[in-house]
Amino acid sequence: MMAKKVLVKGVEAIALGALEGGCQCYFGYPITPQNEIPEIMAIELPKRGGVFLQAESETSAINMVLGASAVGARVMTSSSSPGISLMSEGFSYLIALELPCVVVNVMRGGPGLGGIEASQGDYFQAVKAPGHGDGRFLVLAPYSCSEAYQLTAKAFELADKYRNPVMILSDAILGQMKEPLLLKSLKIKTYPKEDWALTGAMGRPSRVIKSLFLDSKELAERNLRLKRKYRAMEKEIRYEAIFSGEERVIAVAFGSIARICKEAVLNLREKGYEVGFFRPITLFPFPGKALLNMAERSLGKVSLVVFELNCGQMIEDVKLSLCGKAEAISRYYPPSILPFPEDIEKELKKCLKSSGFPKV
Amino acid sequence: MRLEVILSGFGGQGILFAGNLLALCGMYQRYQVTFLPVYGPEMRGGTCHCTVILSDKEIASPLVLEPGYLILLNLPSFIKFMPRLKKGGLALVNSDLVKKEEITNFEELIKGKRVIFLPMNTLAEEVGAPQALNMCALGAFNGCLEIFSESTFKKALKEMLFPSKAHLFESNLKAYQRGFQEVKKIVKD
Repeated sequence: MMAKKVLVKGVEAIALGALEGGCQCYFGYPITPQNEIPEIMAIELPKRGGVFLQAESETSAINMVLGASAVGARVMTSSSSPGISLMSEGFSYLIALELPCVVVNVMRGGPGLGGIEASQGDYFQAVKAPGHGDGRFLVLAPYSCSEAYQLTAKAFELADKYRNPVMILSDAILGQMKEPLLLKSLKIKTYPKEDWALTGAMGRPSRVIKSLFLDSKELAERNLRLKRKYRAMEKEIRYEAIFSGEERVIAVAFGSIARICKEAVLNLREKGYEVGFFRPITLFPFPGKALLNMAERSLGKVSLVVFELNCGQMIEDVKLSLCGKAEAISRYYPPSILPFPEDIEKELKKCLKSSGFPKV
Repeated sequence: MRLEVILSGFGGQGILFAGNLLALCGMYQRYQVTFLPVYGPEMRGGTCHCTVILSDKEIASPLVLEPGYLILLNLPSFIKFMPRLKKGGLALVNSDLVKKEEITNFEELIKGKRVIFLPMNTLAEEVGAPQALNMCALGAFNGCLEIFSESTFKKALKEMLFPSKAHLFESNLKAYQRGFQEVKKIVKD
């Protein structure tokens, strides 16, 4: 049967992807600009024998997620920046207990209540410290409706595979923009949960899932194990690159602003400018090696310009990745200052000029 | 083929509905499309706009600085977006709410650009669907460009109307047809 094509918002694509990924339970609390996700889940999950529950707060929602995950369900929640902050205690426990789940953050401007305009201000929170303690999320950043659909479905597989929360990091532009989406059926793997889920101890010794380790040796081992797990996640690294080795300036961006950058880069390349494009799709683990390779291939004669809808966050990961082998420049846009492709073109041309490699 | 349109008007004039419908018609005509609504305080009153792109290639940026086409249903929209219209671009303007004589720098704003004035409110009222001026505008727009067929429009409109609004199908279609025919009197090619 031919897959159906629909015109949907980014957030709707996320919800449809979650259903395709086998999501069984959704717990959440409404917040703009992601309310279409709970709306779709409220309609669809009961039909499929799943559970939709609107919690009384984000704090409750994330603890419901924890409970459902502990008994082995495929579970998700979604929110936007301020709501995500409220969930952060729960995030830390989910990581500590090695419980899989999918968390969607459709970012809006901050700090505080901020606004409802697009922002990428939660980059650090997502990739460095979703909660207290030394824990990480696997973070995926789609940049179109079809990628949102595919990555969200895949997120359920990755969460189960690593027994770790996976975050879909989107923003208000990607969330509210409509694009055609082909509803392809996807092959999403499942992993057995019988050996760890709390399913009742009938016929087997009882299990305890806990995060308190007062024995310091035990806690250290726990942390090292998590560290090894994050290392193993590097297999999942994804990115998109337009780079042949000749480029002198590369635009680096993720999410909505990556689309604006890509347009600018393609326009400039058509005019003969030596500019490239790099888009991390996994934000954690970060595709730093690919960036370093690009710097080495161009013998350090390349400048990377990092465009972000915040005051400069991913630039730090780019700089760390480059190990000083190439220059990295930050171009940042706080909420409500949204550049057009023409603005990005201007910035890239400026960088080409100052790097001493004029137009061909 | 690449077509960039900004639709703008008062909240309540059906700007987002018309933009969404245009994108859906484009999708049914097998184009790549993006529909980007403003997502800010505009939605809660004031002037509201959206950007629609139709292309036969992949669309990267959903944002457009200088669109080739404008559909402007009120005066603030005219003032705001005319300066951004590409040279040689076409603006379809609601003459019921945009009066040349009220715009001090009118000649300067339209220099090097094509402008078609149509009384969208009046046309919609004439077919007995005063709320469907957005469909008049969309009909006029398609009358200029003929991007999609009327059967595509019908299919898309049917899909867009919630079951509770399904009875509005005919009046919306009439408004669309009226806009289409009216613009044909002006654009004869």
